[in-house]
Amino acid sequence: MTADVQTRPSTAVGQRSTIRWHDVCAYSDLLPERGVAALIEDVQVAIFRTFDGELYALSNFDPFSGAYVISRGILGTRGDVPTVASPMYKQVFDLRTGRCLDDPRVALPTFRIRRTPQDRVEVASA
Amino acid sequence: MNVGGEARKRLVVVGHGPAGHRLVEALRERDVTGAWRITVVGEEPRPAYDRVALTSHLTEGADLALPAHGPEVTVHTGDPAVEIDRTARTVTTASGRRVGYDALVLATGSSPFVPPVPGRDLPGVFVYRTIDDLDALREHCAARPGAGGVVIGGGLLGLEAARALQGLGVDAHVVEVAPWLMPRQLDEGGGAMLRRHIEALGLRVRTGTPVAALEAGEDGAVARVRLGDGSALEARVVVFSAGIRPRDELARRCGLPVGERGGVVVDAACRTADPAVFAIGECALIGGRVYGLVGPCLSMAEAVADQLLAEAGGSSGNARFEGADTSTKLKLMGVDVASFGDPFADREEGTLSVTYTDPVDGVYTKLVVSDDARTLLGGVLVGDASAYPTLRACVGSALPDSPGQTLFGGVGPAGGDLPDATVICNCNNVTAETIRRSIRDEGLTDVGGVKSCTRAGASCGSCVPLVKRLLDAELVAAGIEVDKALCEHFDHSRAELFDIVRVRRITTFTQLISEHGRGRGCDICKPAVASILASLGNGHILDGEQAALQDTNDHFLANLQKNGTYSVVPRIPGGEITPEKLIVIGEVARDFGLYTKITGGQRIDLFGARVEQLPQIWKRLVDAGFESGHAYGKALRTVKSCVGSTWCRYGVQDSVALAIRLELRYRGLRAPHKLKAAVSGCARECAEAQSKDFGIIATEKGWNLYVAGNGGMRPRHADLFASDLDEETLVRYIDRFLMFYIRTADRLQRTASWLEGLDGGIDYLREVIIEDRLGICAELDAAMERHVASYSDEWRDTLEDPDKLRRFVSFVNAPDVPDPSIVFETERDQIKPVLRTGPQREVLSR
Ligand SMILES: Cc1cc2nc3c(=O)[nH]c(=O)nc-3n(C[C@H](O)[C@H](O)[C@H](O)COP(=O)(O)OP(=O)(O)OC[C@H]3O[C@@H](n4cnc5c(N)ncnc54)[C@H](O)[C@@H]3O)c2cc1C
Ligand code: SF4
Repeated sequence: MTADVQTRPSTAVGQRSTIRWHDVCAYSDLLPERGVAALIEDVQVAIFRTFDGELYALSNFDPFSGAYVISRGILGTRGDVPTVASPMYKQVFDLRTGRCLDDPRVALPTFRIRRTPQDRVEVASA
Repeated sequence: MNVGGEARKRLVVVGHGPAGHRLVEALRERDVTGAWRITVVGEEPRPAYDRVALTSHLTEGADLALPAHGPEVTVHTGDPAVEIDRTARTVTTASGRRVGYDALVLATGSSPFVPPVPGRDLPGVFVYRTIDDLDALREHCAARPGAGGVVIGGGLLGLEAARALQGLGVDAHVVEVAPWLMPRQLDEGGGAMLRRHIEALGLRVRTGTPVAALEAGEDGAVARVRLGDGSALEARVVVFSAGIRPRDELARRCGLPVGERGGVVVDAACRTADPAVFAIGECALIGGRVYGLVGPCLSMAEAVADQLLAEAGGSSGNARFEGADTSTKLKLMGVDVASFGDPFADREEGTLSVTYTDPVDGVYTKLVVSDDARTLLGGVLVGDASAYPTLRACVGSALPDSPGQTLFGGVGPAGGDLPDATVICNCNNVTAETIRRSIRDEGLTDVGGVKSCTRAGASCGSCVPLVKRLLDAELVAAGIEVDKALCEHFDHSRAELFDIVRVRRITTFTQLISEHGRGRGCDICKPAVASILASLGNGHILDGEQAALQDTNDHFLANLQKNGTYSVVPRIPGGEITPEKLIVIGEVARDFGLYTKITGGQRIDLFGARVEQLPQIWKRLVDAGFESGHAYGKALRTVKSCVGSTWCRYGVQDSVALAIRLELRYRGLRAPHKLKAAVSGCARECAEAQSKDFGIIATEKGWNLYVAGNGGMRPRHADLFASDLDEETLVRYIDRFLMFYIRTADRLQRTASWLEGLDGGIDYLREVIIEDRLGICAELDAAMERHVASYSDEWRDTLEDPDKLRRFVSFVNAPDVPDPSIVFETERDQIKPVLRTGPQREVLSR
């Protein structure tokens, strides 16, 4: 007896060079120092709002566990670097660059993100 | 084996107490050529045991046996030596065995002195010296619950015995002929203060009066103690503890010189007038005195081992008994009293004494110093003996500070400052140097290691705090010390942060980190602070800023599994569940396609729920009367139980009812780590309570409480904390235990390692919880009452709060789309997660 879960083919991210901005949610939907997951053209993106109000977007895929859970990590700082820690095995990533601070061979893809004058949050698929 | 062609020499040891045992061990350790063949003759029916810890045999049923010697040593137990023929060099035993010797060591110890008062042979009159004495005493008291009892003698041992009697349910009096208690160690002021502490324990004290007679009742057993002033005390049990007499009868009979007041006369090498015969331990009269403490007895054993090795060519034979420190500390729960050096040195010329009396806290302290106030000669501590190990170690050398400063400045020098030659452990004669060297050479990192390596702290245990400080100082010096700082954002340990939050009434992480830390925290400090706030405040863990501190499990009130789904565990208190509720769980699992598994904590875990399904699943569970099981939190998990007296043929108490009561009381309690508990309905222990943070085992009379057990990676048997408790006392002790742990433990420290790291261990814990040594019990009780009163089900609250429900979506911009990465296959008719990509270690940045 399997669960009735639909799986979708995860197609490649758009290859065109034009930037397309996708409306994701209202800025106020984001809690300070927490993340949410968004689905942008079938790609899972983790979106964060830090304590000082900055926005960051990284891939939601945690390469250390193979699960899509980065958006559920705890935010913080290491030195001056804003960070998120994977909830699975606790590796810490630089929110700005996606670099893993515990394993320099690894980095998460990053996405461009902005807050519109209408206080919406948008993420770019490149 | 022959040594140098000669036959092996024969050593006979008479008496298998701590001294005889140590002699054999010391010899065995160093006699590598096997020059000595050893025979031990012992009077008691069992091999040597740790007499110093005798009382714990009564109170905890502790196993006191000292390590066995190994097969090459012959030990005859239950067969006392009755005659020595010094010409033929043989020893004859009561059973007629005759053993020849080349060297003979008398280690016959001493026997309790029983003054010749009428009635001293009546049934119900005991001494307090051997395991057999205590077994007989226990049996006698068990048949007379609540009876009155009298201990004759108010010295160190008498007080220990009186306290033990009390533990056997006897209403005990202590009668001391001197005008105050512990007259051999304390001055009058100290004795008076000690009396207040002893009386506060519920023991009654009569001083300055001798015992005139013991009187029998109608059953022919003792019923009263008649005192010198004519008054009488009711006593169905009497224990004599009026001093000891060396057992020198064998020596007397074979013509060896003995002292006027007893004791086999020996020289500094412990040799008697006959060069082939030695005497060690409490039976020896050395330097004109008989020692009644184990430390000097063991030193004598070591000295004789050295002589014997010299005779076989294996040592210089220079070891002598140099006299010994007679500092003592009373091993009574809840009463701090100690004397060190020569406490009466102030009776001599050229000395100064500084005394301090605080009748409010019951503290009396006296330091005796040389008249230049530099050298510590001795002293007395009553009411607070925390400085004892340090002060004792300083006797004869310079005080770390002025006497006043030493008295009031608290703890004394750090372990690092003590001179190498300082004897840290009196019982086993271990110096600071030996301890430091073994820490360095053996790479020791904990007190347990130092104990087993050097024997320091392994006997009476009073030097353990000092050993700990030496250890810490060494580790710091070696740069090994485990940094107490929580993480880069706080320099404080969790316990320190807890106090800061409590005392300064801090309610948010932001306030705490801006005032006491730096940066914006991390996945270490945030959940730790969230737990502290929850332990203190009892607000909903998803309220306001708190929500941002929780790790994902607490954030979604469920347990994250490897594929990003969650598992759900409803609370099933005590493991008791109705068929209706079981059916609901089954239906929920079926309808949401969840994998089900029974947990070790007697409940049911439902796996494979997606974030957005959690509220729907919980709606069904809450409607059916379930509540959160807190499997996701560092909180109380379950109180497991066996079926107990309701059904079980052997059960003596209703373990299920108690487990349910406890689980409902402590549900939702946030702690430094998860907490597990169990209740067994009888000593068969089917619920495995001794592997839990707190475990309860039913007895005929109530409940035994065990604490700080652990399963898991580092299993630890729980320690018996208290016995035969009624239910209300039990609950109060658990309340305090939990709250004290929550306050003082480190982050992610289970109760087991917390207790191991607690200075003073289980005894200290008892003092805090039972005797209220720190004066915080009222606060701990109030904190638990607050927790109980403010508990509400986290899942019910969440379902009722649209704001909190908003986070349970798969994608913020596509709430209807389930996470496509979550895929299952089937195994044994249930779902099983499939990770499509698997972990990928190399991902390049774009
Ligand atoms: C309840 C209690 C608490 C104590 N607490 C402390 C403490 O906190 N600190 C401390 O320093 N000391 C303490 N002591 C004292 C300590 O136990 C003794 O100093 C120590 O046991 C002396 O050791 P020993 O081997 O010389 O004599 P013992 O321990 O008396 O051993 C002598 C053995 O020889 C046997 N024996 C005697 N005659 C014969 C014979 N003819 N043939 C064969 N065997 C014989 C005896 O039966 C006994 O087993 C305590 C003692 C008691 C009873
Ligand atoms: S512990 Fe005792 S009461 Fe409980 S099930 Fe086992 S035998 Fe029965």
